[in-house]
Amino acid sequence: MIDKTVRTMAEAMAGIADGSTVLLGGFGAVGQPNALLDGLIEQGAKDLTVVANNAGTGHVGLARLMELGRVGRIICSYPRSVGSVVFEELFRAGKLELELVPQGTLAERMRAAGAGIPAFFTPTAYGTKLAAGKETREINGRHFVLEYALPGDVALIEAWEADRWGNLTYRASGRNFNPVMAMAAELTIVQTQHIVELGALDPQCVVTPGIFVNRVLHVPYGDPPL
Amino acid sequence: MPDTPPPEPMDAKPLGRGAMAARVAADIPEGWCVNLGIGIPTLVADHVPVEREVIFHSENGVLGIGPAPAKGHENPWLINAGKQHVTLRAGGSFTHHADSFAIIRGGHLDLCVLGAFEVAENGDVANWATSENDTAPAVGGAMDLAAGAKRLWVVMEHTTKDGRPRLVQRCSYPLTALGAASRVYTNLAVLDITPRGFVVRDMIPGLTLEALQARTEARLHLPA
Repeated sequence: MIDKTVRTMAEAMAGIADGSTVLLGGFGAVGQPNALLDGLIEQGAKDLTVVANNAGTGHVGLARLMELGRVGRIICSYPRSVGSVVFEELFRAGKLELELVPQGTLAERMRAAGAGIPAFFTPTAYGTKLAAGKETREINGRHFVLEYALPGDVALIEAWEADRWGNLTYRASGRNFNPVMAMAAELTIVQTQHIVELGALDPQCVVTPGIFVNRVLHVPYGDPPL
Repeated sequence: MPDTPPPEPMDAKPLGRGAMAARVAADIPEGWCVNLGIGIPTLVADHVPVEREVIFHSENGVLGIGPAPAKGHENPWLINAGKQHVTLRAGGSFTHHADSFAIIRGGHLDLCVLGAFEVAENGDVANWATSENDTAPAVGGAMDLAAGAKRLWVVMEHTTKDGRPRLVQRCSYPLTALGAASRVYTNLAVLDITPRGFVVRDMIPGLTLEALQARTEARLHLPA
């Protein structure tokens, strides 16, 4: 029997090594796997590279992980936002390396990693300082920048429903980076609001097929606060 | 231009933020798929009448954004790229981030409306950082949108708060994209960006071309 469900957070976090690249789902607070982030804080892995759209707010979750000195590098499109105090302080102090990536390039680099594409050309950022030093090419009269795939060692994902094979659905805009990150990591760990019987998900509505998922932890918490 | 004297005061009354958004909305035809940036661009949707079907897209995988939710009726799972709560209209759909940016980067958006710090007469846009050494830079989807949408319109104040022109010969701030903007909507005028440079489409009532030029670093042209 294939059963990817795990019963404890310790099981979910087992084997995450120091120096890992961790892909962290969510856009702002929506679709962000907060329970798994707390689990990672507890688990203790350090020297992490975190890939996420935002760099955390307040002193919880990703911000807490960074505050504890466990993140050496963040790959991010929009680190500065209301309440991103920990990021700003560490960045200014030179204690956190930032690779700033346009949001679409960030998503596509992970999609490419999941799809076995080592690199691709995109017009995004051509001629800007985010393309400085990068290989470029003119194709059909337009200029493009070479961007490399961005695989993860681990992805932390939030789903709405999951079955024991790891098939996933998402809630509204909670989908965001989660399906792409699930494809791009060696070890994909999911927290889900609902666990359903195998066969209960409409196959036509499965967004992430279980082949991209390794572990599923049931974390029901209802709706996030507004 | 430190020696340039400040322009003479105008009789004309500059547009407010809502009026600027309404002016943009007036030019969006039915059937277009449109991405609106943060700030004044977000207000554009409020000025497109519901019966004119325009599909609003947001980078975080929302296609078909509807009117703002009533207070107390927000869906906590449904936000836009500005992280504001929104609604989904009939016909709307969700995508993941890579597909959402395939919509943007694959040239499927008819229009993107962004704010900016500066726009140059060659269409260069600077809208994400105000210095080469920004202490905590953030770019989001601006570079993807500027490079990927079929059209980029910029909506912004014609000058900075202290009167410095934002329509310039060459941008001084870090660029978002080269040659991307095709039109600029300001609180004073609407201008097309053409091979000749800025061409004035219309101006607010009471404004003269001389008064507009005095507030613009780049040379202004009249339609041929």
